[in-house]
Amino acid sequence: MSDLAVESADERVKNVSLISRLMKRPELGAIAGLALVTIFFLFTADPKMFTLAGILNFMTPAAQLGILAIGAALLMIGGEFDLSVGSMVAFTGLIFGAAMVTFDLPLYAAIIVTFMAAAAMGAINGQIVIRTGLPSFIVTLAFLFILRGLSLVGLKAATGGSTQLRGIRAEFEGSWLADFFSGEAFTPFFYWLAEAGWVDTFKSGKPKVDGIPVDILWFGLLALLATWVLLRSPFGSWIFAAGGDSNAASNSGVPVRKVKMYLFMFTACCAALVAILTVMDAGSTDARRGFQKEFEAIIAAVIGGCLLTGGYGSAIGAFFGSIIFGMVLIGLSYTNIDQDWYLVFLGSMLLIAVLFNNMIRKRVTGER
Amino acid sequence: MTTPIVEMKNIEKHFGSVIALAGVSFSVMPGEVHCLLGDNGAGKSTFIKTMSGVHKPSKGEIVVDGQKQVFESPRDAMNAGIATVHQDLAMIPLMSITRNFWLGREPVKKFGPISYFDHKYANEVTMEEMSKMGINLREPDQAVGTLSGGERQTVAISRAVYFGAKVLILDEPTSALGVRQTSNVLSTMDKVRKKGVGVVFISHNVRHAMAVGDRFTVLNRGQTLGTAKKGEITAEELQDLMAGGQELASLEASLGGTV
Repeated sequence: MSDLAVESADERVKNVSLISRLMKRPELGAIAGLALVTIFFLFTADPKMFTLAGILNFMTPAAQLGILAIGAALLMIGGEFDLSVGSMVAFTGLIFGAAMVTFDLPLYAAIIVTFMAAAAMGAINGQIVIRTGLPSFIVTLAFLFILRGLSLVGLKAATGGSTQLRGIRAEFEGSWLADFFSGEAFTPFFYWLAEAGWVDTFKSGKPKVDGIPVDILWFGLLALLATWVLLRSPFGSWIFAAGGDSNAASNSGVPVRKVKMYLFMFTACCAALVAILTVMDAGSTDARRGFQKEFEAIIAAVIGGCLLTGGYGSAIGAFFGSIIFGMVLIGLSYTNIDQDWYLVFLGSMLLIAVLFNNMIRKRVTGER
Repeated sequence: MTTPIVEMKNIEKHFGSVIALAGVSFSVMPGEVHCLLGDNGAGKSTFIKTMSGVHKPSKGEIVVDGQKQVFESPRDAMNAGIATVHQDLAMIPLMSITRNFWLGREPVKKFGPISYFDHKYANEVTMEEMSKMGINLREPDQAVGTLSGGERQTVAISRAVYFGAKVLILDEPTSALGVRQTSNVLSTMDKVRKKGVGVVFISHNVRHAMAVGDRFTVLNRGQTLGTAKKGEITAEELQDLMAGGQELASLEASLGGTV
């Protein structure tokens, strides 16, 4: 009897076409969008854009946004927002810079302090949202201003009146840990490729691209990790459940408060990672760091298939969403199109993504 | 005679000056469907909330498997094997059936130090448990939102049974369902009963209760009006008891016997 049942069930699986299966994946929209944008630039942009150097050129800003977007995506799936991530980048940048320059801490200690500060701020955000039941939108909007203000005040205090803190590079020069957070990885490999004649080289024989920026590696690593957590771990189920229906989730024994708390802390730590990467790259930090990045991160997450109401979305979608961003931001400079179209594009993309997601959600839940 | 799985003795519950339950006694045998009937405000909800650990009784005692128990929280009741399937189901529409089925109790497999959600096993068990209840899923990873109300009830019920419920409290599982879905849920209850699980079926629909019930207890104004076995009572009598007899009889006459 049960054999028969399984058999008939199997038969019906075949009736579900591949297309309608794909249609149910949250990241489909982002992948389709990426394909469209790529085709657009293949026709309009200078072919240099799609050389290895060109690709790394747009992948770097994509990675910096993407790290934030992955954090934002997980938090959105868990049913909450964090509008303070942009300001968090500035704030943790200040903590990182001040730890090294003002307090003269070694690099590893500065990194630990920065992540701890970020986790603590994320925890405060989370506690307020969870305990008061206020919408996270409002609570984190408050922190958008608080953290930006603290960054300004703190920078002035640390530098004696300036809103830019310089001289960070000298502090970490020569540290073994610095290679994980700045510069390029796999440099010897690229030299080897150059010698073998497989990549473009300058006349001196030095490869045009001498490594992959570490930002991109962090970005890829986080995207994989977040996707694994969402799809393959019990905690992933809890994230979806907390965002889908927090009442039902806690009735089933999911520690909803804890899950949301960890997500707020993770999002803040993503901001701290971006702060460390960009501050070490620039050698200085300033109060405008991460300005309006919260919106871009949320847009990338939405393009990646996250629903604003929570409970649905994907980290790999946010990954592709961020690449779309980087591609358009940098790609326009390879064309004759005015750069400022970027903003128009950004808004339109968000609108299309939301409409598309709404349709997908109805499909998934079988609403008509 | 077998001992009841759960026995509620002279339960009283007061909310301030309001007496919600004034001495209700009720028992559930293994493998029976015990219907708890009553009109709105009769105290059904308060009573089952007491049974499932949400409220603590003001007086009276709860005996599970012959041992007196005090439930401090719904979790205590769950651990004692009393599971409740609420009207607003503990189901998340955007998540897959498998994920819903295992929510909070995910099976994990270990790979070195990393433990991960064992989807293959979870899917197999879900498919199997659902087909035992007569629902053949197209795919276990389809979203719960695509299921009908009756099917969702069935997922919730089979989940509770799979995780070891000895007593299943169903709070008006049929009230929002159509005819066909109702009969699906009723037949699910029958299957659960055959496994030796005691079912408490709360309803105010006499016909649904008569269809599966082994015993019937009617609550009115916080008191039991008595418990009757199947065959000892007719649907009309139950209806009268629920509504307080006289008034409905005269109403029924004016409506031409349609209620």
